[in-house]
Amino acid sequence: MNWFTKLLPTRIRTESSTERKSVPEGLWSKCNSCSAVLYRADLERNLDVCPKCDHHMRIGARHRIDSFLDPEDRVEVGSNLKPVDALKFRDLKKYKDRLLQAQKATGEDDALVVMKGKVKGVPLVVASFEFKFMGGSMGSVVGERFVRAVNTCLEENIPLVCFSASGGARMQEALFSLMQMAKTSAALTKLSQRHLPYISVLTDPTMGGVSASFAMLGDIHIAEPNALIGFAGPRVIEQTVRETLPEGFQRSEFLLERGAIDMVVDRRDLRDKVANLLSMMQHTTAA
Amino acid sequence: MNLNFLDFEQPIAELEAKIEELRYVGSDNEINISEEITRLQTKSRDLTRSIFTGLKAAQVAQLARHPQRPYFMDYIERIFEDFEELHGDRAYADDKAIVGGMARIDGKPIMIIGQQKGRDTKEKVQRNFGMPRPEGYRKALRLMEMAEKFKLPLLTFIDTPGAYPGVGAEERGQSEAIARNLFVMSKLQTPIISTVIGEGGSGGALAIGVCDRLLMMQYSTYSVISPEGCASILWKSAEKAAEAAEAMGLTADRLKELELVDTVIEEPLGGAHRDVDITAQNMKAALLQTLEHLQTLPTDKLLEQRYSRLMQFGNYTE
Repeated sequence: MNWFTKLLPTRIRTESSTERKSVPEGLWSKCNSCSAVLYRADLERNLDVCPKCDHHMRIGARHRIDSFLDPEDRVEVGSNLKPVDALKFRDLKKYKDRLLQAQKATGEDDALVVMKGKVKGVPLVVASFEFKFMGGSMGSVVGERFVRAVNTCLEENIPLVCFSASGGARMQEALFSLMQMAKTSAALTKLSQRHLPYISVLTDPTMGGVSASFAMLGDIHIAEPNALIGFAGPRVIEQTVRETLPEGFQRSEFLLERGAIDMVVDRRDLRDKVANLLSMMQHTTAA
Repeated sequence: MNLNFLDFEQPIAELEAKIEELRYVGSDNEINISEEITRLQTKSRDLTRSIFTGLKAAQVAQLARHPQRPYFMDYIERIFEDFEELHGDRAYADDKAIVGGMARIDGKPIMIIGQQKGRDTKEKVQRNFGMPRPEGYRKALRLMEMAEKFKLPLLTFIDTPGAYPGVGAEERGQSEAIARNLFVMSKLQTPIISTVIGEGGSGGALAIGVCDRLLMMQYSTYSVISPEGCASILWKSAEKAAEAAEAMGLTADRLKELELVDTVIEEPLGGAHRDVDITAQNMKAALLQTLEHLQTLPTDKLLEQRYSRLMQFGNYTE
């Protein structure tokens, strides 16, 4: 700190220090599990899985879809749907402002991206959560896009794969967000009636209203390693039962042990795994 | 009767105390003070009316959780005949936070399922404060499917702070249990009427609340998260619960405006606990009327309408 910054009032100094921090963003990343310093481009090529310790970091919706689908024949579904603040909800900030902020930070209109495409030649629809958009919370747009995803599957007679990463329902949309749980679950009944496969891939974290609706209604449940999956958050449970939770509680491996999911699969193997499962469910030759 | 007045009812409480006092004096005195008592009673009624016309969301939330508020089983004995309670999920346990079984309404057989809070401490613990565990939702699911099988209309009654956030509940798949109910209810081939009688707390409430018609008692609430929970997350302080309640608009009247609720059932002046019999009568009338309408619809029409009702929930632009 030089003599000039020392002279400045603290308030201004703090601002300048955050500015300094945000400048060299992006070239290097630190694994939040093993603390290894990783070259960002390498990490992205490795699908945001730490090459040193295999820790699965959270991955953006587009990056997820991009790495999962074949490059050709992709069509986005429901991208014209935009959120509105019908309740004029205001907490410490206005919901409208929170939306704008999230849109600016992520480049997405809302927390779910839906894409029709192929995985190893198998046509399907993929729905993928953007956790950075308000914690992947489910509001009306997420619900409606999920329903459009299902409807596309029905029209084209193709399966659905959903990658969930969400804190739950979006409180700023109040009861409308709760109703998205019923809406999305109802849509899945149509898929089921048509015997179209639905694979739910649970990623870190899948909690609350998303976990207690479509994420837990798959024909097959796949979880990424060590993902937090559950209904109530660990802190809420700890406050209720007043004891520390067992090691690994609500993690993928714990859910596998308890019979809630079918398998834990490394992100880098998901394409092969999903393509193989779908080809068997649909009686097509292995992709 | 000790009415257990809430903080915002204090002026009414004071007036009622005065009336009690006068009555006491009146009974061992020759002086006729009945006129004065009548005058004060009218005043008390007017005061109650004026307080209850301008209730804030947080005050309604207090009423919804009033310790004397009628619970599901108080309504069962007043509305239905021949109730046969059915127990257990056939896999793990009988969750007493959810009560269900067959009964008759005006002679017609139906299936009823509802959350039950406890009245005294012992019962509260036994009922887990009306917070169901997965086995409770799975018992409900079993009864729903039985309702479908025997063509019994399904009436559900919501009154829960939420699904129980416990270690065992998570281990046994709370999320899956709730999700499964949403899935099955949205295609169940029998009419479903849900009534929020007290607290409609989040996914734990919705898990027995996917329906053809949603009814709400005048002073009940229905929300995605408790006001306290919402305040502690969004306002970073549970003390802002009143603001959160207002912002979420969790009251019956507000939700009716938003077209999320079909019918608001009137409660007696001062709330359901002031006159449980009248409240039950109002509820029975509303249930019968709704049921009569739904039963005129053929099943495929009913399911079609239920589906489009679910699909239209939400606000967005395109």
